[in-house]
Amino acid sequence: MAEPLLKVEHLKKYFHTNQGTLHAVDDVSFTLNKGETLGVVGESGCGKTTLGRTILRLHEPTDGKVFFEGREITSMGKQEVKALRRDMQIIFQDPFASLNPRMTISETIGESLLIQKIYTRKQGAQLKKRVLELIDFVGLSPRLVNSYPHELDGGRRQRIGIARTLALDPKFIVCDEPVSALDVSIQAQILNLMQDLQDEFGLTYLFITHDLSVVKHLSNTIVVMYLGQIVEHAPSSLLFEKPLHPYTQALLSAIPVPDPDYAVNRVLLQGELTSPVDPVPGCRFAKRCPYVSDACRKADIPLKEVQPGHFVACTLV
Amino acid sequence: MSTVDELIRIENLTVHYETDDAVVHALNDISLSMKKGETLGLVGETGAGKTTLARSILRLIPSPPGIIKSGRIFFEGKDMLTLSEAQMRSIRGNSISMIFQDPMTSLNPVMSVGDQIMEVVEAHNKALGKEEMEKQALSMLEMVGIPASRSHEYPHQFSGGMKQRVIIAIALACNPILLIADEPTTALDVTIQAQVLDMITALKNRLNTAMLLITHDLGVVAQNCDRVAIMYAGQIIELGTLSDIFKRPTHPYTKGLLGSIPSLNKEVKRLSPIKGMMPDPTDLPPGCKFAPRCQYASEVCKQDVPPSYQVSTTHQVRCILAREEVHNG
Amino acid sequence: MKTADAKKQRTLSAETWRRFKKNKLALSGMIVLLALVLIALSTIVIDLVTDNAIYNNKVIKQNLRLRLQGPSKDHIFGLDEFGRDIFMRMIWAVRYSLFMGTIAIALSTIVGVILGSIAGYYGKVTDNIIMRFMDVLLAIPSMLLATAIVAALGTSLTNVLIAIAISYVPTFARTVRASVLTIKDQEFIEAARAIGASDLRIIFKYILPNSMAPLIVQATLGVAGAILSIAGLSFLGLGIQPPTPEWGSMLSSARSYIREGWHITVIPGLGIMITILALNVMGDGLRDALDPRLKN
Repeated sequence: MAEPLLKVEHLKKYFHTNQGTLHAVDDVSFTLNKGETLGVVGESGCGKTTLGRTILRLHEPTDGKVFFEGREITSMGKQEVKALRRDMQIIFQDPFASLNPRMTISETIGESLLIQKIYTRKQGAQLKKRVLELIDFVGLSPRLVNSYPHELDGGRRQRIGIARTLALDPKFIVCDEPVSALDVSIQAQILNLMQDLQDEFGLTYLFITHDLSVVKHLSNTIVVMYLGQIVEHAPSSLLFEKPLHPYTQALLSAIPVPDPDYAVNRVLLQGELTSPVDPVPGCRFAKRCPYVSDACRKADIPLKEVQPGHFVACTLV
Repeated sequence: MSTVDELIRIENLTVHYETDDAVVHALNDISLSMKKGETLGLVGETGAGKTTLARSILRLIPSPPGIIKSGRIFFEGKDMLTLSEAQMRSIRGNSISMIFQDPMTSLNPVMSVGDQIMEVVEAHNKALGKEEMEKQALSMLEMVGIPASRSHEYPHQFSGGMKQRVIIAIALACNPILLIADEPTTALDVTIQAQVLDMITALKNRLNTAMLLITHDLGVVAQNCDRVAIMYAGQIIELGTLSDIFKRPTHPYTKGLLGSIPSLNKEVKRLSPIKGMMPDPTDLPPGCKFAPRCQYASEVCKQDVPPSYQVSTTHQVRCILAREEVHNG
Repeated sequence: MKTADAKKQRTLSAETWRRFKKNKLALSGMIVLLALVLIALSTIVIDLVTDNAIYNNKVIKQNLRLRLQGPSKDHIFGLDEFGRDIFMRMIWAVRYSLFMGTIAIALSTIVGVILGSIAGYYGKVTDNIIMRFMDVLLAIPSMLLATAIVAALGTSLTNVLIAIAISYVPTFARTVRASVLTIKDQEFIEAARAIGASDLRIIFKYILPNSMAPLIVQATLGVAGAILSIAGLSFLGLGIQPPTPEWGSMLSSARSYIREGWHITVIPGLGIMITILALNVMGDGLRDALDPRLKN
């Protein structure tokens, strides 16, 4: 079997705050094969955004290792990391905040090419050609090439963000809630675009989202995160058919389905999300879990492979 | 439709925002009515005019640049657009309450939550003594699931979901007949959203409050509403019961919207988005506003604004395709 | 039917200008300043072309017989205590106030931007060291600081410029630092980092262009303050030396003659006042014009 494109081993990212140490990402491990999509799902505070950025070394990991194409990237120096940026990229959530308001579209996309020295300033004509090519790939009209972000709507801005990323010809892209800030009908357009680009360029995605329905048809595998830890890890179809972790079940049941006849098996959670500051040993979901028992509070629950490819961190299984 | 149960009736409401640059045609000839105790879902994407409609009902449109060009809003027998500001103030928070989208900024950070609920009670019940007001405020907190012991705490000490509950408590404190909820759970996590929506529905049923629930999420609508109005470019393009809209969607936009949502319970290989974008409200097309994106558009569509056709007693559609349905139905 | 695409493509500067134009007061301030700049430039040109002939004959030429004469047909602003034409002196003094003020602030801005962006971007110890040093400078009243520097280095034009520039550095450093702090956490900065941009590139191409608004306003108001400082220093005898005309020194030497002619004090005073006023309303107008864009 081919080497996985990305291997994350026991990755940890802690932040020091006045209240204590925030365990944003706490011992996360998974692998991702070329051309596949891994969905990372969870609500606010689960650490999915930090996970994405730590893998790319936009945050420095506190502990753990990340391997890309077999090379350990967590120990690389600054210059090597800069070169790595060509292969590992990110699409941001907020199409309004992720573009420099003072640069035109062509300048923004051109930046990627100039910084990574794919073209130099002297090669103006080739640069321009490549920019137009990229704009076309993401479905934008070449007429917009000298527009500023504030002149365009969310959907178009997000396409620019995608073009900027594509400019480097990356192999792996962290998609940080790329459609959450967009209208429903635009979401569908962007999701289709991302699917098409994946097929055409053989891209590998780490798709971060809080919306399980978005990730269902795009992902091969899904990990569900809660307060910095992975609580369930399964192939996409299996996760939706047979969610095993009580949190996954609650999450799925909470999603309002646009069908009035759909019978909701609502698992209502009590209480609120707590913050992962200086967590005590034991399951972090214990306080809200409808099936909690004493065994849950004793020590951290490890992920167990319940079925081939299906991992759950719960005392019930 | 029976007028005995009728709570509020909006007739031909047109609202513009007139700025130096251009005129924003926010609402174009909106007609809508609601019955006592029912939940009407108002669905639309950004720029459709949902928030403008909600604010128009309570006359909260900043003017300038907002202008109510025409129309009437009947509530309790009177046209609200003819009422004075003082009369409107006595309605707001009292018979008609509103919840806004962002719980983080809707609460006064320097007042305790208990005091903020009492403020509303006091504004509309000047006769009540302080003790009585406190009792009412505490009972509202309990009703939204916040222990009375927390009434002296400040908004920053509560999480997003709890803050939204406080806002709901403030909105329902005077037992309004109509609650307008503008995307009340959009900013919340999905599990918290479920809790809050359940609570709103329970409270609403208990107090027999009607609710205008504004959202872009068709799932939320399907789980919480009795009837649905779909808005596009300042117009209501389809209106009906849950069955009408979800089982027999007639307007091409509604059909497109339903087809473009990734769904949990359907196997979808690829989404079918609607081509293009909602038109710029400063430059709306003549005729049907959806025509430029509609695969069924004809010449007539591009010239004349289609009227609302009554496809059934409960179902209205603003599309000439519906004309056939009327004849068939 | 137009779609959103075909809408006029306006750059941010064009939008700012459009908003600025609507503020009539700010616009008049700007017109006054432009007029002053033109006057200053023309005096420089005239001096070059006539080889200082007009300067020598009209501006510093004394006529003691007619000293302190009030405004008349030949001399619309009258004559000063040495019989020199006040009108000509006023015109020739513009360049000192205006240009010196501008150069001083320009110097100040450059140093302030460098210090402020380094402090804001790198934070922690660097930030502390730089800002505490700025605090020390700010603690000293600017006039005293300028006086001390000029007294130490001597009363040449350059030293006056340096003195004023130094006294304004902390203000600009603070302004830039505040902008940098706000912008540096925004997503487009992270996006730049994600494509491999260096710190220097991020500061100069991403952060600073987006911090222009408060800086421009501060600079405009700074020029006003600098002009006042120059006038003040000259008034104290530490700035421009006579017979070179400068509004502040004109005021100073007119002190003893207030009773003998209103025109010797009032006219230079008005000159200073109008310039400062014009700069202030223009600065205010700029701030208002730039702010709504930020909201967008």
